[in-house]
Amino acid sequence: MIQQVLFAIVVVAAFGFAFRKYSQIYRNIKLGQDYKVQGNDFERFKNLFLVAFGQKKMFKRMIPAVLHLFIYAAFMITQIELLEIFWDGFFGTHRYFRPYLGGFYTFVISFIEILSVLAFIATVIFLARRNALKLPRFHMDEMTGWPKWDGNIILVMEIMLIIFIFHMNGADEVLYNMGETEYGEKGSYGFAISQFVGPLMFGWLANFGDLGVWTLNILERVGWWGHILFVLGFLVYLPFSKHLHIMLAFPNTFFAPLNSRGEMENMPDVMNEVKMMMGLTEMSADAPEGDLPEFGAKDVFGLSWKNILDAYTCTECGRCSTVCPANITGKKLSPRKIMMDIRDRADEVGRHIDAGEQMKHNYDDGKSLFDYISREELHACTTCNACVEACPVMISPVDPILKLRRYEILTESAGPGDWVPMFTSIENGGSPWQVTDARDKWATDAIEDSKS
Amino acid sequence: MSDNKLQIPIMSELAAQGVEPEVLYWVGCAGSFDARAQKVAVAFAKIMNEAKISFAILGQEENCTGDPARRAGNEFVFQMMALQNIETLNMYKVKRIVTACPHCFNTLKNEYPALGGNYDVIHHTQFINDLIKEGRLVMKGGSAFQGKRITYHDSCYLGRVNGVYEAPREILQTLDNHLVELKRSKTNGLCCGAGGSQMFKEDEPGDKRINVERVEEALETGAEVIVANCPFCITMMFDGVKAKDKQDHVMVVDISEMIVSNKRL
Repeated sequence: MIQQVLFAIVVVAAFGFAFRKYSQIYRNIKLGQDYKVQGNDFERFKNLFLVAFGQKKMFKRMIPAVLHLFIYAAFMITQIELLEIFWDGFFGTHRYFRPYLGGFYTFVISFIEILSVLAFIATVIFLARRNALKLPRFHMDEMTGWPKWDGNIILVMEIMLIIFIFHMNGADEVLYNMGETEYGEKGSYGFAISQFVGPLMFGWLANFGDLGVWTLNILERVGWWGHILFVLGFLVYLPFSKHLHIMLAFPNTFFAPLNSRGEMENMPDVMNEVKMMMGLTEMSADAPEGDLPEFGAKDVFGLSWKNILDAYTCTECGRCSTVCPANITGKKLSPRKIMMDIRDRADEVGRHIDAGEQMKHNYDDGKSLFDYISREELHACTTCNACVEACPVMISPVDPILKLRRYEILTESAGPGDWVPMFTSIENGGSPWQVTDARDKWATDAIEDSKS
Repeated sequence: MSDNKLQIPIMSELAAQGVEPEVLYWVGCAGSFDARAQKVAVAFAKIMNEAKISFAILGQEENCTGDPARRAGNEFVFQMMALQNIETLNMYKVKRIVTACPHCFNTLKNEYPALGGNYDVIHHTQFINDLIKEGRLVMKGGSAFQGKRITYHDSCYLGRVNGVYEAPREILQTLDNHLVELKRSKTNGLCCGAGGSQMFKEDEPGDKRINVERVEEALETGAEVIVANCPFCITMMFDGVKAKDKQDHVMVVDISEMIVSNKRL
């Protein structure tokens, strides 16, 4: 009974805290501008199933893809067992579903156990790869401090989750072997892994009679509580972690734009103004008054909510940065850092709003995204879309970069000096180079040549 | 074609005669003004003559599509160019556009519709590939490139951005060379460094120029010819070849130039 009460308190507290944090993240995402979800839903569901559920884009790199698949599959399938843990926790039962499901129960738990072993192996390899092998993408500038810790904390938590599962199933197995369960006679659960691992870990306790049984019961509880506490810990930790992708990958792939990557979002305000200038439309009587509108993005408020969702979805794997031509050649730009900066800034803005220091409207804390992202980074992008192609969860780092460039040029009239003559040449001569020749001189010359 | 001089009709002249060409050839700023890209423009015009395509260029009425301004962030200049071009194209009731520049291709195809310009836009490698498939352009045996080891560089705006990987490769198959793929090709292709308006500014500080990184990869293939499909890639790759002091051993060409050589046009 005490355990039930304790369980209820812990669960309510964890879910309450998580609800608050997730609501804040939702609010932070909605700080962004409206984003029109265009195109047909069938295509969106296809992306959701292939890219998020099916992890299609992970398979560009086979080894990490397979290892990641183990962890992912174990995570997904463990949710079934979690149902029983919750039931048992609230109602004080023990393996509630087993009598109802019989052989199928054994099958499901065995399946979970096998995947857990694979996930365990994968996690250990990932830890080694991250720390011992010094894979370059985990050691770029932005991966020092908290992000480095975060990556390791998540992996260690995963290992703990798995250990506790076997702790629980193992102790249970030995108790069953001794005939010390509610089922009476001696037997075995027959779970694929714990029927062997259980006796190996805890079999020796069978020699200690009642004390052994008592200890085994405690060990089973430790496993059960350890597992559920880590599950709840995960839930509470995710909002602070790059690991949030396990949830946001689904909406993010679903909402990913379906139009061509080559299409930069049109700016109807600018278009209409230019149309008026060119006499293509009537001057409208209600021309915008007062301050000039802000063009492009200076802060999270100027990005779309999809850009911010992208940032919260990013799991900092760094595939984008390893294929970025600017990053490869030693420039400061790292697409992953752009996404991390947007998230950090959105978090900061959210904190100020939660503290009541600032309002969402007219927000001004004297800072902006430009305090996180340098001009040098923005100017280095070739818009080659290699990062977009590489991202396993369909994030676009190019989109926010171009929005920040728009702010720099249109609102601040700043930007690389080299671009000024280019703009002037285009505007005055219709070509990015200043030229004196007629545009079709190449043709008249070639025709002339062909005569001789 | 010595007896038959090169034809590059101007749209306004055809319109005055009441002639509607099959396709508009969008030359682009590089094709019009860059000495190296002009050669590609002529090569493509020769190919269209050879295949008896009725085409025209806008000539003086063509302007920059606005791509470099837009990618730099200058939407005003982009809109000025785009709206002007769309006015012109719509005035001539243009339906089909072919261009040898992937940046023009992308902007005309993907960005003009939102501004009221809807055309069937095709890149010259797709166009040429179709001509070959339809039997309107038949390759001969032997050319300056015959039997040579070549490699093909995917431009970002034709490849990754617009998903055109096979048309250029299919053309290369009809020519008698030995194609060695780059380590990073197709969806994984590495940029030449010119996109996103980088062409018009100095590089940001770094260890290396992007074009040099790419050319080093191309040299690893042992190819004597680097084939490209974009005037900016050609400039960047050739600069990279020069930086490696390999200009006497390695050529950088557009696919259309290989066809001109094959057909001795």
